[in-house]
Amino acid sequence: MKKYQVKIAPDECKGCQRCVIACTRNVLAMGKELNIMGFPAATVQSSDCIGCGICFYTCPEPGAITIYREVADDAQK
Amino acid sequence: MKYEVVHGRSKGFFDSFNRRPGAIKTNMHYCPGCGHGILHKLIAEAIEDLQIKERTVFISPVGCSVFGYYYFDCFGISVPHGRAPAVGTGLIRSDENNIVISYQGDGDLGAIGLNEFLQTANRGENMAVFFVNNAIYGMTGGQMAPTTLPGQKTITSPLGRSVQSEGYPLKVAEMVAALDAPVYVERVALSSGRNIMKARAALRKALQNTIDKKGFSFVEFLTGCPVNLKKSASEINTFIDEQMSKYFVPGVYKDIAENRDPIRRPQPVFAPETVKQVLYGSYTQSAAVRDFSKLQPFFNKERRIKIAGSGGQGVLSLGYILANMGNLRNFNVSYLPMYGPEMRGGTANCSVVISKQEISSPMVDSNCNLLIVLNQQSFDKFLPELKTNGFVIYDSSNVTPHDLLPTQGAYHVNASELARDLGDLRYANLAILGAVSLLMDDYFLEEPDKSDFEAVVAEAIRSCFSGKEKLITPNINAFYLGKHKAQPN
Repeated sequence: MKKYQVKIAPDECKGCQRCVIACTRNVLAMGKELNIMGFPAATVQSSDCIGCGICFYTCPEPGAITIYREVADDAQK
Repeated sequence: MKYEVVHGRSKGFFDSFNRRPGAIKTNMHYCPGCGHGILHKLIAEAIEDLQIKERTVFISPVGCSVFGYYYFDCFGISVPHGRAPAVGTGLIRSDENNIVISYQGDGDLGAIGLNEFLQTANRGENMAVFFVNNAIYGMTGGQMAPTTLPGQKTITSPLGRSVQSEGYPLKVAEMVAALDAPVYVERVALSSGRNIMKARAALRKALQNTIDKKGFSFVEFLTGCPVNLKKSASEINTFIDEQMSKYFVPGVYKDIAENRDPIRRPQPVFAPETVKQVLYGSYTQSAAVRDFSKLQPFFNKERRIKIAGSGGQGVLSLGYILANMGNLRNFNVSYLPMYGPEMRGGTANCSVVISKQEISSPMVDSNCNLLIVLNQQSFDKFLPELKTNGFVIYDSSNVTPHDLLPTQGAYHVNASELARDLGDLRYANLAILGAVSLLMDDYFLEEPDKSDFEAVVAEAIRSCFSGKEKLITPNINAFYLGKHKAQPN
C-alpha cells in the first residue's frame, strides 16, 4: 500500500478548522502556536493519511495543505 | 524515500499574488473558512486541468471576490455591480473562443444584476456563471440578501426575515432552469467533503460545456460566510446542509448539453473600413454628391433652421426632408427632432443645421436663421430665438404674425388650407417648403440653382418616401402649389 503524507504550511493557514473537521482519520488537529498572521495553524498529529484529498479541497487557502504520495524507487529509474 | 505531490497549490493560481497589496503574497484576502477560497481553488484546478488558461476570462463581480484578478493566472476583468453577464456577452461575442467565467454573489446576481443575468441566460450566451449563494451580504457587513432564508437574522432583519414583508428567498437555479436556452443548471453545496467533490464535478461540467460551445451553464454554490453568519466551521457546514439545503435543494435542475449543437454566431467585424461598409454600405455608394453650381456667399456660414408646429402636421418630416436636401448637395447636416411621447396632437419641433463646415451643435435654441412655424403657439414660443436678420415662414391659415422686427423677413402661405384642398392635412409641410423655395429664389440662389433646388426637393421627397410610392407625386404637387401661392409679407 502506498504511503501518503499531508503537510501544512503553518504561515498560510488561517485556522478555520475546516480540515480538522473534514478529515475522517483524525490526522489533523489544531495547533496552539500562532503563525505570522496571528492565527493558530492546523498541525499534523498522526501518520494515518490515506491521501483522499478532502482536507485539501475543503481548505479555502491555495497553498496551506499539500498532500504527497510515496514514489517507489524503481519508478525513478 | 521519494514523494510526489498529489494535491497541492494549483497552477491556475499565480505562484505569488503580487497584485495583492501588503506583505502577504501567498494567501488570499478572504476570512478564515470562507467559501470563496474553496471555490477559487476548484476553479483554478479546473482551469489548469482543462488547459484553458490562455483563453479564460474570469469576470470578478462586486463583492468580496472583486479581487479575483489577484489570484487567477488568466485574463480578468472587474465589472460594475451586477453587469458581469453583460460584459461576458461582449467578450464571447467578440471572440467565440473566449472561455468566460462569470463569478457572481447573491447581491450581484440576485439583486442588482438579475436582469442582465436573466437576459444573458435567455440568450444562451456561451459562458459559465458561478453563483455564490451564502444567504447574506458578506462584504458590506451582513445585511439581508435576496437569498436570506425565512426567519434568518441579519443586521438589517434583526427579528429574522419576514416572508410577509420581505418575501421569500430567490430560487435562482429553479428560475434559470425554467428558461429554454440554458443547457446546464445545477445547485451544489460547499460543505462536507462529499458535497465539495460534487461541486467540483459540476464546475468542470459547466466549463466543459463552455469549451464545447454548448451555451449557458449555471452552477449555484451554497457557501458559508462564517464571519457574517457568526458561525464556526462546523456550524457553517450544518447551516448549509440542514438549513440552506432545505430551501435551496441541491441537485441537477437541467442538463441538456448533449442534445444541443454547438452555438454558431456570425463572425464579428472589427476593421474600421469593414465596419463602415457593413453599417453604411449602400449609403456610401450613393453618396456621390454634387454642389450647387454657383455657391453664394450665403452658404459660407452655418445655417440654423427651426421647424415647429403640432405633432402630425409633418413638422419632423419637413425637417428630415430639409436635412436630406442639404445632404444631397454636399452640405454637412444635422437633424434633431424633439417631440412629446404622443404620436399626434402634442407639440413637436426639430432643429436642422446645414453647413459647409463641421457642425458644432445640432441644437438650435438661439440665433436661428430660418424659423418655420405651423401654428400660433409655436410662433409665439420660438420667435425670440430668431436672429434679428432671420426669416420666418408661417402657415397663414393658422398663424397671425406679430412683433416682427423690421429687419426680419417673413414669408407666408396658407398651407393648411391648400393641404385640405389637396385631400390631406399632412401635405401642409410640403406647401410650406414651397415658401422656403421661393425665399431661396428671391434672396440666395441664381439660375441654374433655382431649378436645381426644385430638383433637390423632388429627389429628397423621393428618398424620404421611398417605399410609399403613392405619396411622392401628391407631395411634389403640394410643394409646387405652395411655391405658387407663397408670398412675402
